[in-house]
Amino acid sequence: MSDLRTELKQSIIEQLNLEELNIEDIDNDDALFGDGLGLDSIDALELIVLLEKDYGIKLTDPDQAKEIFLSINKMAGYIESHRTK
Amino acid sequence: MGKSRNHFITNSIRIKNEKIFLNKETVLSFDSEIGFPQFLKDSYKKLGLKYPKYHKMDSLCKLGILGSSVLLKDQNFDADTALVFSNTSASHDIDLKHKQSMESIVSPTVFVYTLPNIVLGEISIKYKLQSENVFFIEDKFNAELLWDYSEALLNSGKVSSVVCGWIELKNEQYDVLLCLVSNNGEIPFTKDNLEELYKFENE
Amino acid sequence: MMDILLQEDSIISPLGFSTSENIKAIKAGISGLQFHENSRFEKGGYYAGIIDKTWLADNFSKIGDPTKFTKLEQMMLLATHSVLNNNQLDLSETALIISSTKGNIDLLDNPQNFSKDRASLNSLAKIIQAFFGFKLQPIIVSNACISGGLAVAIAKRFIQAGKFNNALVVAGDRVSDFVVSGFQSFQALSAKPCRPFSINRDGISLGEGAAAILVSNMKREGDNISLIGDASANDANHISGPSRTGEGLYKSIQQALKEAKLSSSEIEYVSAHGTATLFNDEMEAVAFNRAGLAHVPLNSFKAYYGHTLGASALIETILTKHSLLNNELYPSLNFEELGVSKALNIIQKIKNKELQTALKTASGFGGCNLAMILKKSFNG
Repeated sequence: MSDLRTELKQSIIEQLNLEELNIEDIDNDDALFGDGLGLDSIDALELIVLLEKDYGIKLTDPDQAKEIFLSINKMAGYIESHRTK
Repeated sequence: MGKSRNHFITNSIRIKNEKIFLNKETVLSFDSEIGFPQFLKDSYKKLGLKYPKYHKMDSLCKLGILGSSVLLKDQNFDADTALVFSNTSASHDIDLKHKQSMESIVSPTVFVYTLPNIVLGEISIKYKLQSENVFFIEDKFNAELLWDYSEALLNSGKVSSVVCGWIELKNEQYDVLLCLVSNNGEIPFTKDNLEELYKFENE
Repeated sequence: MMDILLQEDSIISPLGFSTSENIKAIKAGISGLQFHENSRFEKGGYYAGIIDKTWLADNFSKIGDPTKFTKLEQMMLLATHSVLNNNQLDLSETALIISSTKGNIDLLDNPQNFSKDRASLNSLAKIIQAFFGFKLQPIIVSNACISGGLAVAIAKRFIQAGKFNNALVVAGDRVSDFVVSGFQSFQALSAKPCRPFSINRDGISLGEGAAAILVSNMKREGDNISLIGDASANDANHISGPSRTGEGLYKSIQQALKEAKLSSSEIEYVSAHGTATLFNDEMEAVAFNRAGLAHVPLNSFKAYYGHTLGASALIETILTKHSLLNNELYPSLNFEELGVSKALNIIQKIKNKELQTALKTASGFGGCNLAMILKKSFNG
């Protein structure tokens, strides 16, 4: 279970080019947007691509995406119950 | 309309052949084997930029941020400083990456860079310039166009200074000249002086 | 300051192959947006304004061989031709200013019958230059979605600086898989024809079009439309998200008013950008309110054409010019109920009204914004 979270952190760092961050810098409950990791609206779109590519999850509702991308824990929870690969 | 005044090339930078120059003096120089991606990475580190957003940008924007960081360091300029940029290949480098990504799932972070003027946006954000921007496409470096248009802007009273230049990138070959033009300096802002600065490290 | 006039013009779009055909369609409430099937996109296709290839080639064959030119080249050459045809211009001293965001980008990896170099904006400009025999080297502006208007502002600035007396500004962009796939990745494409400023708007529709206009310091007899103020300003906020305070747009409007020596209360009509994304239209509403323009009749032409990118600001400048000449305000098509947080006076029915002064705005990726002020004067 914690593996998925580590895997997520790794792919977020890679996919969003967060070069100066390490896996250890991201807490499972850290806010990904706003004051947390400081991700922005394009990053959110890129996370939607990541969910589709790696887990076969298609998100089309931006409000739903906002909920899911609150933290690593939220994302992992959603992936566990919705993944198709 | 403001009175026509004498303008000067306050500062100039050149990025070419694994080197970065400020006013013709070498600021950074790497081995020619370094390769383009590593050059972009190492230059950022050596210049101590501390601007994590840099890593998210496409290569053209990275060149623009490297260039403007060296050019504008310790300089006084107002928020109305205009950006007048040009090149020949527009956003060709990232256009190819977007084309590739079209074969599977398209990446929004790639697509957003497929316009040459995004580099003007990135520089405007970093230096809080809420100013006139333009990106011209030209066959080759055209000192006359840059000079003419920058002068027109300066003389219209719309802007107090201009960053103008050439920022070309194709197939990992890069060629950048940026000049800060204002009322201060020793090198008169002329076509010939622009030309001469471009020729430096180009022959 | 030297007066800069917007003279002969032409629009090539799904609504017609001349400015008058386009305005006729707008007055009849006709939209160029249709559903185009394309299996590579979600929902099996998208709404867009696309010019019929055969119709275009038929028209183009009057001036050239359609097999030798790409669709975009045919569009831009036709637009240029009709402006030149009606003017005795000395092409040895007339400037050619080209505006496009992506040009022939689809040739990049699939050149079809053309050489691969043809994908570049330089080639596009050279083809237009050579076709008519312009002697001056073309100036190419590629500045996202404000390009077409910025090219007109650049023509004005160069004419006022004494560089030349006449400039032909030509803009064009196409609906390519390149661009559609990008906007789809942004989840920015509307499921239905776009609905600018409406409460139920959900994104843009794309469109293709070309336009040309003669920008000159020579007055003509009768009514003239001058460009009396123009400014661009960057938001310095985000490269794709519009500023929440409308900073750059507000600033460019203020600067343009300053140059025109007008106050916002003298603006009688606003031709907005109005892409119909949630954030763009909201940003514009904020900026227009800050600028004191909430009550001024306003429209977006995007529901007629779709967003024609590097051509849009030129097409819409031409339509704004004709609104002034015809003393007509055209409705903002597909508008239902106001869906922005600030008041706006959206034009819902065609109206006849004596008009003198209009504001045209545009905004684009990279945080760029543009404002231009057009004014009518009589030369008896």
